[in-house]
Amino acid sequence: MSLITTLARLEAVDSGRAQPLATVRHRHLTDRPLVLVPLTTAGEAGAPLGALVGTDREAPRLLAVAQPRDRDLRFAFLAELAEAVLPHIEACADVVEPAERNETDPATGKKTKVEVELCLDAAQVIVPSRAGVEFVRLLGRSMRFRRTAEDNPDTPYPAPARVPLLGRWLTHYGERARVPGSSLLLASTDLLNRHWATGQSSLEDQHLGALLSWIDPPAGSSGAEAALRAELARDGEGQLLCPPAGPATDPDFDNRLLAPAIERYDRARTALASAEDGLAADARLGELSAAEREIRSLLARVMLPTWDAVWRGLDLLRQLPEGARAEDRWTRDRWSFTAHRDRVRSGEPPQPRRDDAVTAAQKLASRETAQAQLEAQEALDDPLVLAGRRLAGEAFLGTVSGVEMAYTESKRPSPRPLVTVRTDERPHLGERTKVYRSLDGKPQTAEFVRAEQETDQDGEILLVLRILDRMGRSKEPAPGSVPEPGERIAWTLFEHDQRGGPKLPDPEETPWTHGGPPGADAATRAEQPDPVTPEDLL
Amino acid sequence: MDKGVLATALGSPAPFGQSQFAFMRGNAFEAKVKADGGAELLRLLYERLGGSSAAPGPDVATPDLSAAGPEGRAARTALALREATAAGGWALLDHPMLALEVAGSPAYLEPDAVVVHPDGRWTVVEIKSFPMIDASAAAAKVGAAARQAAVYVLALERVAAVTEGAEVGHQVLLVCPKDFSNLPTASVVDVRKQRAVTRRQLTRLMRVEDIAAGLPEGTTFDPACAPEELDAAVAAVPPAYAPECLAACELAFHCRARSRAEGAVEALGRSVRGELGGLTTVAGVLAAAAGKEGDPADPTVAALRRAAALRAEALESAAGLRAEAPEAASVAGGGTPEGAAACR
Repeated sequence: MSLITTLARLEAVDSGRAQPLATVRHRHLTDRPLVLVPLTTAGEAGAPLGALVGTDREAPRLLAVAQPRDRDLRFAFLAELAEAVLPHIEACADVVEPAERNETDPATGKKTKVEVELCLDAAQVIVPSRAGVEFVRLLGRSMRFRRTAEDNPDTPYPAPARVPLLGRWLTHYGERARVPGSSLLLASTDLLNRHWATGQSSLEDQHLGALLSWIDPPAGSSGAEAALRAELARDGEGQLLCPPAGPATDPDFDNRLLAPAIERYDRARTALASAEDGLAADARLGELSAAEREIRSLLARVMLPTWDAVWRGLDLLRQLPEGARAEDRWTRDRWSFTAHRDRVRSGEPPQPRRDDAVTAAQKLASRETAQAQLEAQEALDDPLVLAGRRLAGEAFLGTVSGVEMAYTESKRPSPRPLVTVRTDERPHLGERTKVYRSLDGKPQTAEFVRAEQETDQDGEILLVLRILDRMGRSKEPAPGSVPEPGERIAWTLFEHDQRGGPKLPDPEETPWTHGGPPGADAATRAEQPDPVTPEDLL
Repeated sequence: MDKGVLATALGSPAPFGQSQFAFMRGNAFEAKVKADGGAELLRLLYERLGGSSAAPGPDVATPDLSAAGPEGRAARTALALREATAAGGWALLDHPMLALEVAGSPAYLEPDAVVVHPDGRWTVVEIKSFPMIDASAAAAKVGAAARQAAVYVLALERVAAVTEGAEVGHQVLLVCPKDFSNLPTASVVDVRKQRAVTRRQLTRLMRVEDIAAGLPEGTTFDPACAPEELDAAVAAVPPAYAPECLAACELAFHCRARSRAEGAVEALGRSVRGELGGLTTVAGVLAAAAGKEGDPADPTVAALRRAAALRAEALESAAGLRAEAPEAASVAGGGTPEGAAACR
């Protein structure tokens, strides 16, 4: 946490309300995000308990598993989840615009432009918390290697038709969520924490209810009081008024309400199985569906507050105008979405369990680039973020006090004007340090020449910078490309655009230090479905 | 002393609890791993830590460790360990009892299992019910398991010190369900680091008697006392609250309330305290930032003032320009007017 963020937190403590950390919204929000509130069974790895899902806040779709240990019921849940999520994804996958992509011809090594499709919009998914993002990954992993009866009629316990496909998409979303600044899969707590500083620690900020209490406390109550209520307050039955945002449930809920309800359901099922005639079976079927309804209503009761909280968080975020460069990052998300769509359509196998060395290195490099790009773009979009960089000496704001033309000493002299900037800031400039400013959205580079100390009482100094580029090809700089005296300009010491790193070798050329090329065993190592046991839960 | 009961008496009950689903699964998994005299467990152990010894056969010793009281069980465990080491074969001790001195008073620990190798090495086995998916498990959970196992290693070392030919392995075996199934898989975790950290912390802990001696005469933590009395008694033991406490200590909510009431900056996180130098209270920091207090020559104060000024300037310009010309902002692509103007 930087000092400026700490200060915002302390102000929040003092005022009893969260304080802004951003003046614009740094993440793109689509018009119709899909909100997913999942719940899982405590102690089990791949046993979802229920979910609320949908794009309409007034009409969430409730999915529930009455007995999480029953494989058929779990598969039914996943099939239903696929029916709720995949249409949302496919609706976006079919609306495309033409776009161009640079591709290197493998034979000649030449770069050519290729006409490709780019999805006009990508399907956005919002979950309540970071644990929810992890759960999406886990669901993806548990589903993508499943086989359906269609894939292989001999598969024991075949999965419903679209479940493996949902697994591949959820895996892609979970993987994409690890790229800094991406907005395909977002956690509500992360979104809110990016834009507001609360008067509690970042650990406590992971509680969605407490976080919202700080940002938007109910009338007549301070953020701290409201947050404490969200964390601890219980009703007459000993249940939390603000249930955990999941996927984990409150142990008290499990023990006092859910476990007895599941037990009743099990009893009703056994009774139904042992029914001797049609009349008795009818009556017992009624009991069974009553028991199931009870579990559904219990789950709905603990998920609805979270559902509402996620939408409330989105409302709060929509009040902020979107940052200018957030759109650019969203375009990258659309590319990623389109690429995955193409992989699925071309019949490629599901994502492997472990990435090979080259893919892993590529992913790491692209995440590092995305991180640097995100930091630069946020600072350029938002004066409040820029203030943090200015405090750290990585950017400064100065008024141009003079411009002196100068030229390179070559046969065709190019302009290299010297700009004197007056500032009261103390950026970390060394000789020939490059600084950048944004000129019509493109970065213009200058280098630091010298500092002239001035001894006025304001503590201002004069910095001389030499402009290096973006002035056109002629001897006279293009109009508007050189700063004018009196102009107030933000200069940054960090680059605005990130260049990708060096090209990585093809997987076939993986060096021995990284495991060597995939050998003859590659085919045998091809991803097999997880072995299933008659009873895969305890 | 039951801190949970104390916390309830103080009016900030601890939010901990275990779901019976998790509890049942944990027990069921442990039972499955240890079924058939621990054959599966020993197979996993031999595969990963077997070394040059012969594979464990059906003649693995599984001594009976039941005895009266924790002292009795600890003594029985020590005896069984000695016998198994002397016998020079494989032995599996199911739920042994170990004693470790913590802050001057004995604490009894119960590892899931300890295996004695034929060469006299003892290995701690920790059985957990979180999954190992594609041979990796959640780092936080593995870390917690490693810290727990390190304490067992320390306690075992005390027994090994008086047992001839015994040595405690610093690699423990972590057994977890594989992927989404209920089949066990195992991984070797090196706990040398956790062991060193725990040992250092144990030697640095203040002895309970010394803490008790520092308390005023007649201090009691009896939950039957009036809350004010209890409050004063708890306050007599100086806490060092940090947000991390919330995950571990039953009294954390009580300490947090006190810490917040005092305006301590640690309530926002340990790192915050480090950043703010000599300023320890929220009011103090804000006064220093506003220029009302503090020595401007102090680098922390100077940095705070600068941060406050920059923050105020940025917020003001953004708010002012947004109120002034909302349409201009949309023309500039939805960016902040200030940012757009400054970065032209």
